[in-house]
Amino acid sequence: MLRLEKLTKTYKTGDQALKDVTLDVPNGQVLALIGPSGAGKSTLIRCINRLVEPTSGRALLGDVDLTSLGSAALRRERRRMGMIFQEYALVERLTVMENVLSGRLGYVGFWRSFLRRFPQPDVDEAYRLLDRVGLVHMADKRADELSGGQRQRVGICRALIQNPALLLVDEPTASLDPKTSRQIMRLIVELCRERGLAAIINIHDVALAQMFVERVIGLELGAIKFDGPPEALTPDVLTQIYGEEDWEATIAKIEDEEDTEDAEPAEAIS
Amino acid sequence: MTSELEMLVGTRWRKKPFIKRAWLRWGLIIGGVVYLIAAVSSVEVNWMRVYEGLDRGAAFIKAFLRPDFVSRASDIYEGMLESIVMTVAASVVGIVISIPIGLGAARNIAPLPIYLVCRAIVAVSRALQEIIVAILLVAIFGFGPLAGFLTLSFATIGFLSKLLAEDIESMDMVQAEAVKASGARWWQWINYGVQPQFMPRLIGLSMYRIDINFRESAILGLVGAGGIGATLNTAFDRYEFDTAAAILILIIVIVMALEYLSGIIRARLQ
Repeated sequence: MLRLEKLTKTYKTGDQALKDVTLDVPNGQVLALIGPSGAGKSTLIRCINRLVEPTSGRALLGDVDLTSLGSAALRRERRRMGMIFQEYALVERLTVMENVLSGRLGYVGFWRSFLRRFPQPDVDEAYRLLDRVGLVHMADKRADELSGGQRQRVGICRALIQNPALLLVDEPTASLDPKTSRQIMRLIVELCRERGLAAIINIHDVALAQMFVERVIGLELGAIKFDGPPEALTPDVLTQIYGEEDWEATIAKIEDEEDTEDAEPAEAIS
Repeated sequence: MTSELEMLVGTRWRKKPFIKRAWLRWGLIIGGVVYLIAAVSSVEVNWMRVYEGLDRGAAFIKAFLRPDFVSRASDIYEGMLESIVMTVAASVVGIVISIPIGLGAARNIAPLPIYLVCRAIVAVSRALQEIIVAILLVAIFGFGPLAGFLTLSFATIGFLSKLLAEDIESMDMVQAEAVKASGARWWQWINYGVQPQFMPRLIGLSMYRIDINFRESAILGLVGAGGIGATLNTAFDRYEFDTAAAILILIIVIVMALEYLSGIIRARLQ
């Protein structure tokens, strides 16, 4: 569904952030992108929706080559790619509802959006999504009144209301506490399953990634160093991606956490 | 202990001087002091003239103790009204024009050619001092408030566009990026991603500019550009210091009232 072919990004400073990245993401697959800071994870997902312009290579969404689109066509294709950001990136002085509805901007005309007169189906869908993430009572609060976890839920609604085929998720849990992090990751993965969405999730926390995704890509200095199921992440592989460190502790922690994980959904339901 | 640490322990620590070369540092300090002494001693003061002038100063100040609002009441009223009309009209026109120019003069949202044009407009507007512009416009349009109105509009554009552009340049790009990623058009992007971020500053600056424009309108009268300044000028020409005092007091009161009002509005905006 998404195919990257030799995607390369060289910044003006000469830094090569991505080197010939080739990657195939099938329909409905949720994959995690791990790697040290500066490995090019953010650049990679920004090159897909062209918030960053790739230097060479192609990115195909379905059969559309995203890298060759003009600005109007790019806007249309961006509607099919929902993005969730590190630090939420909500427009803080807008209300929760305005933030969610801003996901529909690619579909409505300027005057409708300017006057905040969104089509009723969009408004209904916004309420449904907010209800799904448990924030419908916050709809008219200003975004900066919300806590971190709540803001990220709004960010998720904003991405989903675009009715995307693909979610690009950039460090969704970077500034959240461990419990909220898991809740947010679980929510993203659940929503992807419900809607059959593919997702690329940049994430620092290896243990968290292993817990929730079906495929892990390891990126180091802009090149793919690992591609496989989460169970295949051994200390050797982690050393290859991140460098020498005692990885046993990280992996042991994962197993622990998986135990508590089984207990938690029950708690969430009650 | 490492040998480096051993060498350091027990030695005194001082902040490194900003200018490292000692001769240059002391040269600049001594040079500065010598210049200051020379400059002060070169200012000629004619103490006899000051002594004579004290009487006139006293007369001036005495006039302030009994300001005369009454004998020229209708002139003062007309002048005030003209100044207020001039201020409001020039502020509205200036603010409306400076918003697009401010957007264009922000490097992070405007393409280079538009940026250069808008920056040039700002530079010209700021380089020409109000009094000079007013003299020119009085020469073109004749005496009266039209010249004052145009001068103040022109000055408002330079002031507001520059500060607005600087505010936009320091905004949080990620919030704006998030709106762009949804496939928003350029105007929708400005309306949702950028405008909420600069709005409080725009309102604060506009209030401040209204207050400056009113004060300026009192000065512009001195060069024939209408308003309360013209009345003030006439009063001075006729040695009616008591009327002049009344006018100055009214100007001070209005400026303070505007200051108070803008304080309330800015506090409301947070």
